[in-house]
Amino acid sequence: MKMGAWSPLAVDTVRYVGDAVVVVVAETKQQARDAAEAVDISYKVKKAVVAAVDALKTGAPQIHPVAEGNLIYDWELGDAKAVEAAFAKAAHITKMDIVNNRLVPNAMEPRAALGVYDAAEDHYTCWTTSQNPHLARLVMSAFYNVAPENKLRVIAPDVGGGFGSKIYIYPEEIVCLWASKKTGVPVKWNSDRTEAFLTDAHGRDHVTHAEMAFDKDNNIIAFKTDTIANLGAYMSLFSSVTPTYLHATLLSGQYNIPAIHCNMRAVYTNTAPVDAYRGAGRPEATYSVERMIETAARELGVSPAELRRQNFIRTFPHQTPVIFCYDAGDFEASLNMAMKAADYEGFPKRKAKAAKEGKLRGIGMSCYIEGCGIAPSAAVGSLGAGVGLWESAEVRVNAVGTVEILTGSHSHGQGHETTFAQLVSERFGLPGANVTVVHGDTDKVQMGMGTYGSRSGAVGMSAVVKALDKVEAKAKKIAAHLLEADEGDIVIENGELKVAGTDKKVPWFQMALSAYTAHNLPAGMEPGLKEGAFYDPSNFTFPAGCYICEVEVDPDTGTTEIIQFVASDDFGNVINPMIVEGQVHGGIAQGVGQAMLEGAHYDESGQLQTASFMDYTMPRAQDLPSYKISTTVTPSPSNPLGIKGCGEAGAIGSPPAVINAITDAIGNNNLTMPATPLAVWNALQAAK
Amino acid sequence: MYETNYHRASSVADAVKLLKKAEDPKILAGGMTLIPTMKQRLASPSDLVDITKIADLSGIKVSGKTVTIGAATTHFDVAVSEKLAKVCPALCALASHIGDPHVRYRGTIGGSISNNDPAADYPSAMLALNANIVTDKRVIAADKFFKGLFETSLKDGEIVTAIEFTAPAKAAYSKFPNPASRYAMAGVFVAKDKDGVRVAVTGAGESGVFRHKGLEAALDKTFDAASVDAVKVDAKGLMSDMHATADYRAALIKVMAKRAVIAAG
Repeated sequence: MKMGAWSPLAVDTVRYVGDAVVVVVAETKQQARDAAEAVDISYKVKKAVVAAVDALKTGAPQIHPVAEGNLIYDWELGDAKAVEAAFAKAAHITKMDIVNNRLVPNAMEPRAALGVYDAAEDHYTCWTTSQNPHLARLVMSAFYNVAPENKLRVIAPDVGGGFGSKIYIYPEEIVCLWASKKTGVPVKWNSDRTEAFLTDAHGRDHVTHAEMAFDKDNNIIAFKTDTIANLGAYMSLFSSVTPTYLHATLLSGQYNIPAIHCNMRAVYTNTAPVDAYRGAGRPEATYSVERMIETAARELGVSPAELRRQNFIRTFPHQTPVIFCYDAGDFEASLNMAMKAADYEGFPKRKAKAAKEGKLRGIGMSCYIEGCGIAPSAAVGSLGAGVGLWESAEVRVNAVGTVEILTGSHSHGQGHETTFAQLVSERFGLPGANVTVVHGDTDKVQMGMGTYGSRSGAVGMSAVVKALDKVEAKAKKIAAHLLEADEGDIVIENGELKVAGTDKKVPWFQMALSAYTAHNLPAGMEPGLKEGAFYDPSNFTFPAGCYICEVEVDPDTGTTEIIQFVASDDFGNVINPMIVEGQVHGGIAQGVGQAMLEGAHYDESGQLQTASFMDYTMPRAQDLPSYKISTTVTPSPSNPLGIKGCGEAGAIGSPPAVINAITDAIGNNNLTMPATPLAVWNALQAAK
Repeated sequence: MYETNYHRASSVADAVKLLKKAEDPKILAGGMTLIPTMKQRLASPSDLVDITKIADLSGIKVSGKTVTIGAATTHFDVAVSEKLAKVCPALCALASHIGDPHVRYRGTIGGSISNNDPAADYPSAMLALNANIVTDKRVIAADKFFKGLFETSLKDGEIVTAIEFTAPAKAAYSKFPNPASRYAMAGVFVAKDKDGVRVAVTGAGESGVFRHKGLEAALDKTFDAASVDAVKVDAKGLMSDMHATADYRAALIKVMAKRAVIAAG
């Protein structure tokens, strides 16, 4: 990997519009703006390159000296020879060029940072909008030399959305800490929206050539992709893993594909850095697989649903040719449920009716699978990861029986405050109000890996369960001692510890108080009731599902209306159905956004032309239908709760369903996201 | 935003006086464009003269077929005016789709036409309705008022006080919004009266709002959607950007014209 140097403030060379060059510290916002305007920098303007494909061309501007030809890495996964052999005997080959458009995450809360330096303690506190405060502290300590970990506290409370863009460590956190020491006062920075467009890590931006080979019975026998990923002007925290291990490992989709090969070239361009964005690599893989199979079905003249059904993986565990071993799933159940909910069979009638009204109806589906619950530390370590991806939890039972859950997961809109507390209140029968979830502060929670990759449920909650197992064991020992019973006979129900089959019981709070008064504990037992656990998953989890989208296109204007959107997901066991439904809603909104509305657009000189909501189309309520959502359940065998994760599925599964539907409606498969009215109208003209 | 002096004018005469006294003043007539521009430091007037609180600048008068709308009348007030809806519902409908509720409560008709944003809705209505723009100094026909992008025939310090028009027999406005900004990407206002048909297009022209003579001639002959079909709308002179090419805008103009004709009845 040829990684160019990064520093919080650009030195000598500015590589993208948004690269920080100067810091102004002032007492008021007005003063700061005036001072920033007074800074006069003379730039020698160089030629820019913004498109991934152009960055690799001979004579393209060289962005980092270390990465010759702008190539950061040329990486492959799979058995190229086996793939070529399969293609040689294929009865049918589907080929396609696929673009996965660049997106701007646009969390509701723009990024912010507050640096506070305490000279007496030689200690820094960094308030920031991070999805992973512990990782931020680790990176700032170990790699950016801001301060040793014991002298740096990172606090990220109640962050207003992240979607991956707040994983990355940005210049502002480091600069605010430095400036606070320099000035002796706390220094705060807050992004405005256009600054967010320019400097927040963007998402996606892949250009792919894909080929899928079938035998004479329409079985997929091989799949290969060749992709160029645009990583922007600097490598960000997850940009080594997103296009590679989070992408190529999903190229088997839900299908039994004997041979797969992925080639991935990552390049520098004069654009904002690209990092994980809701789905991170998995939407790109799913888009390739699901556009290809739908296209193949059209070419082969068979039903897209039946071609998928025929190729589904049906036995588990299933080892794919691209690392992942799927441990559980029932893809046909999701497909059947979605087809029924969408009245798939009734579509031809609806299409005919729409045609009479001068409208073009189309239907498309997407059967996605994702690798979530990241990740088994040893596995990612063997692939070159710099960190382990376990999670930690601590459960503190207070002397009055109230409970605090400390978690290394981070909540920035996911509702951990509810679901994590549910684990305790349901297990011990305690009121939800008696349970508090503490997160987002490195002084309170010792260590954690944060929230991304739909990992908080599968990994974070599993750590809580592990700690709760220890709490329960000790609580039962105490209760057994107080009740003069055998600990094996103690059951915990409705906030009471009871001797099974008798009326002997002790209330939860009294057991807790006993733990702290310590007047009457079992011999040799330490006082107190507080247990911690680190949980390292044994495998990834594999949420999967089937999405069906039905659209109606106005041929006069190219406007697409989503008539119905059906989602049938298998998230394993569900802790809180309402929160899961909310995640699916939001995910689909972002997926529809990618498919039909959103696209970051740079001009040739490297200016971001979509730098505000005047030009960058965020999904609005009127762009979205009422979703028809349902779930099937095959519990994950890889964690104690049987959870698979639900945070990214909507964004992963929906774009191909939408584009498959629109291309079905317009009779032209050559359509690039976002399918704006202009793009659809152009495709309609081209098909004439 | 740079520092600026805010003045609330009590009358048109007072506003004129305040404008004369100031070094580099701007009239504030709702501020839906001006304030965001100032916030971005792209405009830095020394003084803002707010004319929206001048009592006789707001309100809608309908006398027979003659309509007079005060320059400081908000889009919301135009949208919900029962008097106006009786004689020219097309203008109410147009106003009801400008921006969002916040903009409609603040933005004014005088402010919109004086700014003459090439994607604003009102200029097309003014042209198609053959409106007169009344200022503190004179009366200007809409045909003479709009001059290219963000330009009008207003002189420095001249204040639009009202717009006047005769309600047409039939009229309608149809717009295709930009997916991001929701400004018109092609908006067509069609008005038919005894003197003929006037068709004005906004959001599409390289030089701002314009009348489409081809559509007018065709609709003059027969006022129906089929007449629009037969007209060639040239892409030349139309804007081309990442949201819409000139060809696409030309196609949209026809579709919007047809929809306006059908809506006008």
